[in-house]
Amino acid sequence: MNSTSDDTMLLTTPFHSRVSRACELNAWGSWKGYTTPKAYTDVELEYFAIRSTTGVFDLTPMNKYRITGPDAGPFLNRLVTRNVDKLGIGRVGYTVWCDDAGQVMDDGTIFHLGENDYRLCAYARATDWLFWSALGFDVNIEDETAAVAALAVQGPTSCAALTAMGLEGLADLKPFGLAEYDFEGETLMVSRTGFTGDLGYELWITPRLAETLWDRLFEAGAPYLIKPFGSDALEIARIEAGFLQAGVDFVPAEEAVRNGRTRSPFELGLDWLVDLDKPLFNGRQALLREREQGSRYRFVLLDVDGNKPAHNSFIMKGRRKVGTVTSAAWCPTAKSNVAFAQVELPHGAVGEELVAEIYYQRELHWTRVLAPCRVIEAPVFNPPRRRATPALPF
Amino acid sequence: MLERNPYIGGATVSRELHSGWTYSNCSYVCSLLRPEIARDLELPRHGLQVVPYGGGVTFKQDGDHFGNYYDHERQYREMARHSVRDANAYERYTADVMKQTRLIRPFLLRRPPDPTSLKWRDLRDLAEFAGAFTAMGEEGLADTLKFWTKSVGDYLCEYFESDVIKAHLAGSGIIGTALGVFSPGTAYVLLHHYMGDVDGNVGSWGFARGGMGAVAGALARSFQSFGGEIICDADVDQIIVNNGRTRGVALKNGTEYRADIVVSNLDPKRTFLDVMDAADLPADVVHRAENFKIRGSSGKLNIALDGLPTFTGLDKRSPLMLGDMHFSDSLERLERAYDDWKDGTWSQDPYLDMLIPSQADPTMAPPGKHMMTVFVQYAPPRIRGREWTDEDKAGFEKSVLDQIARYSPDFKDLILHCETRTPRELEAEVGLTEGNIFQGELTFDQLLFNRPFPGYAQYRGPVKGMYLCGSGTHPGGGVMAAPGANAAREILRDLRLPDIVPGGYADD
Repeated sequence: MNSTSDDTMLLTTPFHSRVSRACELNAWGSWKGYTTPKAYTDVELEYFAIRSTTGVFDLTPMNKYRITGPDAGPFLNRLVTRNVDKLGIGRVGYTVWCDDAGQVMDDGTIFHLGENDYRLCAYARATDWLFWSALGFDVNIEDETAAVAALAVQGPTSCAALTAMGLEGLADLKPFGLAEYDFEGETLMVSRTGFTGDLGYELWITPRLAETLWDRLFEAGAPYLIKPFGSDALEIARIEAGFLQAGVDFVPAEEAVRNGRTRSPFELGLDWLVDLDKPLFNGRQALLREREQGSRYRFVLLDVDGNKPAHNSFIMKGRRKVGTVTSAAWCPTAKSNVAFAQVELPHGAVGEELVAEIYYQRELHWTRVLAPCRVIEAPVFNPPRRRATPALPF
Repeated sequence: MLERNPYIGGATVSRELHSGWTYSNCSYVCSLLRPEIARDLELPRHGLQVVPYGGGVTFKQDGDHFGNYYDHERQYREMARHSVRDANAYERYTADVMKQTRLIRPFLLRRPPDPTSLKWRDLRDLAEFAGAFTAMGEEGLADTLKFWTKSVGDYLCEYFESDVIKAHLAGSGIIGTALGVFSPGTAYVLLHHYMGDVDGNVGSWGFARGGMGAVAGALARSFQSFGGEIICDADVDQIIVNNGRTRGVALKNGTEYRADIVVSNLDPKRTFLDVMDAADLPADVVHRAENFKIRGSSGKLNIALDGLPTFTGLDKRSPLMLGDMHFSDSLERLERAYDDWKDGTWSQDPYLDMLIPSQADPTMAPPGKHMMTVFVQYAPPRIRGREWTDEDKAGFEKSVLDQIARYSPDFKDLILHCETRTPRELEAEVGLTEGNIFQGELTFDQLLFNRPFPGYAQYRGPVKGMYLCGSGTHPGGGVMAAPGANAAREILRDLRLPDIVPGGYADD
């Protein structure tokens, strides 16, 4: 179909007919130019679908790149900080990639689909960077964002619901594993991945079958209390699970205008994703230097006293401002008041007591609270069912 | 911790009485549980998850219904279908009720001050209490006194004209209480049901995932993680007192446990009249315990269903199905249901607070099947002065099942199993005197420094080393954990240990 420059403001995903029918609140937002629901019926109840039953999220607008060719593996290894050689076929890996200065450009996931065949999912659009980085590699790079429809199916009954839809043996799929099923004559790819920190899967299919997949999923999932959820509920779940959001918890390096506003993987607490033993990858020299000379910031998880989320708070040590909050939420399952913050080193060691300066308003009256908070070691929500294999029924 | 039953939890218990179904056998929804305590004792880590539910519905005899939608604007539209004026008045009503919850919530995790004491701590707390009252202003204070003494029926009539709206809202004023919607004091009972919250949403209620036993289970695991030991099948015969102080407890099986501190979470009657010897107590305590008002008024049905029942005029996919359901569409019917209680029998036209938690909680029933919890008002502790018989219980059960079936044609066909609990079972199995779910009426004469009675409202018993921590103390019943936390604070104080009990979160 030919499109002109004035056809429509926002695109819709292949699930839109179903999504719009379910979106009773008409609370629409834009995700990379696609019409996406912030909430369908009630943010809290949607959040609890993720944590107690099954929630479904349309993640089609996620940038997806197919990378194939004889050098696909070496190319990705050159691009990202993790060692892609260790990522077997049928496995998925979370990673970041950096610019030459060792600053994080984006985070995302690499799906090892087959021999010399990968999919890279990214928050930011990456075509330009991928092509720059491909110089000298025999690879083919294709933006398949619109060519693959995707649903996240997350929550304790997600495996049971998907099994009821006919995905036999899904329970045995390990976390970060991939499986393929026949669906109406096409391939339905299922990965045990997600952005909620719970048991969950992501389904990948041709847009032609998107509506059929949605219908079959919701029909089979009804006894497992399946419910769609929007981006607002996802935001609570991902903070509770301790997941960074690009564009919120860090600025993608290429988008940053001001000097010093980008962050290295070390400064985001992602040391575990950086394999400095790899001989060559983008940003390696800068990261080696940073290892020697020290970082500027530390990414911390804070357990904040009281029940007022520390949105946009300054983090204080005594009278000195030592950091700022990037994400905050009252976490309804963990019953914790969690904040992600970037603090200046040497602050932020696990156990350190800091203070969050919180402002909130009640009926025109603003109140300032200096809430004590502690640096915690691990996310507040990390249930065994997330990893249990075979997956549990609920 | 000594537990009489082979399982812990008391009224906060989940049991599988029909294979594959879990019942919240007694208490069934959760809102009052203090988040400060849940967080401090790490109850989520120990397996507690409270999932909010929204809305409710009252079915009318004429085939229509009133849907109390979770979304306020949708609720407005539905109220307006019955009365435009009521729909608008609901906003004034909500603000007025919120003023009252805002007044009381800060005192939930506080020891009630003794107004006759000249101790610095009591005077300070009393001053703070008085300050909170005077901050309401002259009119606010008058409203408060009205609220605390008035009947829920009269209170609602100040706002609403529609019978079904009044009846829908009045239910919270009588649940667990041996009073009618026109009995003075029931407006406070409504407040008691509004003053909790789920994740800061004041007045919201939720399901404990896995049933209410998940609350007790998480508390138990937390207790054990700090080194606590739980002994089941331990039926306490007596709190041993020697020279005016506690020395431990003796079980009915003869086992004795020595302890300098004994904390009773039994209701005041059972504590002072049953497991304590009158000779060890001041005469006025025995007298007051005898006169403590704890009257059974409720029963409970837990039902395993083969599928989701159909309700007249309601789509099965309606969000109203997820909320609390009722069948009393006027205050008059509610008052007549109470007349039966006064007459010494169960209500022929009972008020039901009914939910189907398996629509939100996948752990309660097999996929596609459902579990229904039905709280029933009224059921007297005795039938016209005599004990309940099995025939009475069957009659009570029938009145409830018939009530539901009048609005759900396929309901009876779906019943696979039904657990019926009259006040007789609640007393015998849970240990609540007369089956009173709050361990004593929540009327103004038995609240704050009068709960359970004057002079003993600060969790200390009349004997050194003996404390009360149950719902018979401030701030009362409802799976709140607040009385226990407040008692713990006093015990730590007497032991000259630091106060590590969390204070309440501020609302503003």
